[in-house]
Amino acid sequence: MPDLLLELRSEEIPARMQRKAAGDLKKLVTDALVDAGLTYEGAREYWTPRRLTLDLRGLTARSADLKEERKGPRTDAPEKAIEGFLRGAGLSSVDEAEVRNDPKKGDFLVAVINKPGREAQDIIAEAIPAIIANFPWPKSMRWGAKSAEAGSLKWVRPLQSILCTFGPETEEPEVIPFDAGGVASGNITYGHRFHAPDAIKVRRFDDYVSSLEKAKVVLDAERRKEIIKADAQNLAFASGLDLVEDEGLLEEVANLVEWPVAILGAFGEEFLDIPPEVIRLTIKENQKCFVLRQLNGDLSNRFLLVANIDATDGGKEIALGNAKVVNARLGDAKFFWETDLHQINSDDGFEPWLAKLHSVTFHAKLGSQAERVQRIMALAEELAPVVSANPAEARRAAEICKADLNSAMVYEFPELQGLMGRKYAERANEADSVALACEEHWKPQGPSDDVPSDPVCVAVALADKLDTLVGFWAIDEKPTGSKDPYALRRAALGVIRLVLENELEIEVAKLIVAAFKNVIQGAWDKDILWGVKDGDVCEIPRYTIQDDGGQPAQIESAFPNLDAEVCYGVQKINFSKFDLMLNTNLTTGELPSLPTLRSLSDFGNDLLSFFHDRLKVHLRDSGARHDLIDAVITPDSDDLLMITRRVEALGSFLDTEDGKNLLAGTKRAANILAAEEKKNTEVGDTVVESLLEDARETALFKAVNQAEKQAAEAIEKEDYSSSMAALAKLRAPVDSFFEDVMVNVEDTKVRANRLALMRRIRDATGTVADFSKIAG
Amino acid sequence: MASQVGNLIFQNRSAKFSMAHDPKNSFQGLILTLHEYWAEYGCVILQPYDMEVGAGTFHPATTLRALGPKPWNAAYVQPSRRPTDGRYGENPNRLQHYYQYQVLLKPSPPNLQELYLGSLEAIGIDTKLHDVRFVEDDWESPTLGAWGLGWEVWCDGMEVSQFTYFQQICGQECSPVAGELTYGLERLAMYVQGVDDVYDLNFNGGEGDKKVPYGEVFQQTEREYSRYNFDIAGTDELFQHFKDAETECQRILAAPAHDPKKGREIIMAHPAYDQCIKASHVFNLLDARGVISVTERQNYIGKVRDLSKACGEAFLQTEAGGVEAA
Repeated sequence: MPDLLLELRSEEIPARMQRKAAGDLKKLVTDALVDAGLTYEGAREYWTPRRLTLDLRGLTARSADLKEERKGPRTDAPEKAIEGFLRGAGLSSVDEAEVRNDPKKGDFLVAVINKPGREAQDIIAEAIPAIIANFPWPKSMRWGAKSAEAGSLKWVRPLQSILCTFGPETEEPEVIPFDAGGVASGNITYGHRFHAPDAIKVRRFDDYVSSLEKAKVVLDAERRKEIIKADAQNLAFASGLDLVEDEGLLEEVANLVEWPVAILGAFGEEFLDIPPEVIRLTIKENQKCFVLRQLNGDLSNRFLLVANIDATDGGKEIALGNAKVVNARLGDAKFFWETDLHQINSDDGFEPWLAKLHSVTFHAKLGSQAERVQRIMALAEELAPVVSANPAEARRAAEICKADLNSAMVYEFPELQGLMGRKYAERANEADSVALACEEHWKPQGPSDDVPSDPVCVAVALADKLDTLVGFWAIDEKPTGSKDPYALRRAALGVIRLVLENELEIEVAKLIVAAFKNVIQGAWDKDILWGVKDGDVCEIPRYTIQDDGGQPAQIESAFPNLDAEVCYGVQKINFSKFDLMLNTNLTTGELPSLPTLRSLSDFGNDLLSFFHDRLKVHLRDSGARHDLIDAVITPDSDDLLMITRRVEALGSFLDTEDGKNLLAGTKRAANILAAEEKKNTEVGDTVVESLLEDARETALFKAVNQAEKQAAEAIEKEDYSSSMAALAKLRAPVDSFFEDVMVNVEDTKVRANRLALMRRIRDATGTVADFSKIAG
Repeated sequence: MASQVGNLIFQNRSAKFSMAHDPKNSFQGLILTLHEYWAEYGCVILQPYDMEVGAGTFHPATTLRALGPKPWNAAYVQPSRRPTDGRYGENPNRLQHYYQYQVLLKPSPPNLQELYLGSLEAIGIDTKLHDVRFVEDDWESPTLGAWGLGWEVWCDGMEVSQFTYFQQICGQECSPVAGELTYGLERLAMYVQGVDDVYDLNFNGGEGDKKVPYGEVFQQTEREYSRYNFDIAGTDELFQHFKDAETECQRILAAPAHDPKKGREIIMAHPAYDQCIKASHVFNLLDARGVISVTERQNYIGKVRDLSKACGEAFLQTEAGGVEAA
């Protein structure tokens, strides 16, 4: 079976795009060949900064012949119909069609179309140019003289050559000839840009890889990474140092070189005063170099770079040149660090940075960073007692947690936001928790990031995330599909993980209301309210709307020029759970058709269900059954910890024999009930004891009463396993009831009573979970 | 092949190479070497544009000539002004006035990377000794309504050039695409001469008393312009200049194409574009004075972009822009 080797060689492809592009190439080519009726045994993609390569093995040499029959009209059909049929089937005359007979239809025409299989070469030659022309690069460009032609080829950077050979292992492979945007395919590639720029003739993958290796190109990115890692560790070891590993950086540098050569360099020792994180980031971001630690854990003044050549002097010049740049960069960083420290230690301390937050816009509709900080302060202080934090510390931490945004260091290195905040707070002698919160309130940033546990950090982290969520929800900037520009999913997951991992018994709905109150209050203080105009959220000046609501006449005079629909109005702020309505329409009759601003009730429930969705994802990711989560969550459950514990308890209960049988019994009861409810059969309102005829029936009734009571008591105490145990006692009576007692008896009264008993079973188990949503 | 081109030119010249011309000793030698290299390739060697600009790209030989179908190869030095980068002559790496060496080749030749590497060899960078790399860096100029894809070129970790395939200039698609090379001359010279402070560069290649350091030429002016840019430049006047340039640009472009005096069409794309350059530089000065707020900033950038777009459109109506002579 023949193999296919494809190489698309171009000018340097951005490091971050190579891996995905090679994967896309594999998928597109294999999909196209399979669609065309070929099969293959295996395919693997490779990439370097200058090439994407596909090694495809065991391809079928031809696609199979296909025979297709197409039924046509009767032989005596009008001429037009027959002509149309022939044309559609690609036949030139009626003689080419077969005549068949059908007892119902009579004589009719059939076109037998033989689609002969095609040579793999032809399929490939057709498929690849189309793939190249429509390749999914994140950004692509035109180049050269051809770029003046309409529809000229676009590629990530100029495409320089295409290598495409095909053939079985036993024979000399042939070039599959095609042209993509003026680049003709061939059997030639080129080696390393500086070490071996000459043409290399290629037959198949094996000699391709070895020729490239001789021409100082390591084709496999994973191997380049291994080489870098091993060489780096050796160099570090020889100098008595430890390499500070960085997987992301390794991936990047491996894709910046075809021939990796690790070299050690040194920067000025005077820069070691700068925080090590800053040094590391400067060297990583700007120079794509690794840093090294001394064996005692302190940062050393060495760095490790990965060059693309075996320099004639062993890399001395390269090390010196890089050191020069690193020194210049660290010189800048040192200047920023010292400038910031000077500020922090002056009499004004954080003040100038805080003042500047007024001029930093957080979002046009949500005000400045300073306004946001005010909201977070209020919310963090309010949350403090719930998470056992000192309210004053929580407030102070919230106040200064965004100050570092205006430091020189963060201006230069935005990635250091938070870390620098902590360093500066420490230098300013803020309380330990306050300084820590400056860094940790950003956390957790993702599913695997650490979750803060210090109470002050937790309070500020929750306040920060809730303010973001509620704010963007209020202005209707919710995530849709894959778009989540404000990282609201991450914020919600952050809240969930903070609550669960710190075992906080918090009702999320209350948090939402508290955060919303702040958002509204901020708007209130600014004399701004939101309204909806032409379907868009807009701001409305508040000046005539009174705290106790406004009068229609006032509203009218306040908005004399409004020609659009306006919704507004804070009549009464009543922050009981989800009861705040912003929709008091003050203008009945006076102004036409004013729809209401979305009520907080809708708003809150919408955000709460967003939390439910994120919680489901989170629990599923940690191994919980999604049907159990559905069974436990109701639209208004808002105690995340309780939901989680119930899911856990339910899961272990259902693993027991009692659990499984009770589930079956409950489902049976629910099904019978549902079927009868559908038929509008009479169901008793309550179970009437005197109508219980059978001893088993009586036993079940007693058991239900007891189980329900005990389960409810256990739930009251949030003791979910006891509530399950209480329900488990139902299993035996339920089983024996179904064994011996008929529900659908003739006597309508008895039947109604038994159906009422079924409903009691459903309700009793329902106190713990909705069993109907559980699978099995 | 690249290195061959480079070496060839280098060898041709090396016979007459005096110390004063050696890029390793002389800032002007570096410029002359690049001139010779690109002249050899066939470029028109132009002189700097006689207006204040922020980068070599603003020279009409790049901005306007990158548009339209006609082939165009040019190279020139362009003094570039970045008022916010002023450091009173005290920072060894930052200048508010510096030189860019600019090469524009339209259409971009297939061996543009090799040609560029050849120029590095010509100025004495041995690519078997130094680590030269093409690192992703896409270019965008919001004021020029322009973008392109390319790289920053690293030599031993230092950015020595910008390498861009123009896709759009003045809001117009480039057809064909031009390749632009921009060398930061001071930085490159510091590297080639092996100095750490820009003011220590040997400007003329002289030895002993004959040596003129870069600082002697430019340190005083850096101080003067830093003070002027940050504190003295009259903001009211600058705002007025901006308006004037904007109005003048629009007025020029609004003039009928037909010149009654000469009895033929004369579209004044270049005079209009001068006003666009002026507006852009005045904006940079206002920015350095810190009198443009964040929201206003976008507004001003948008105004300059509108001018540049209009100039690009006008240029495409001219002969140099590809319209057949009447």
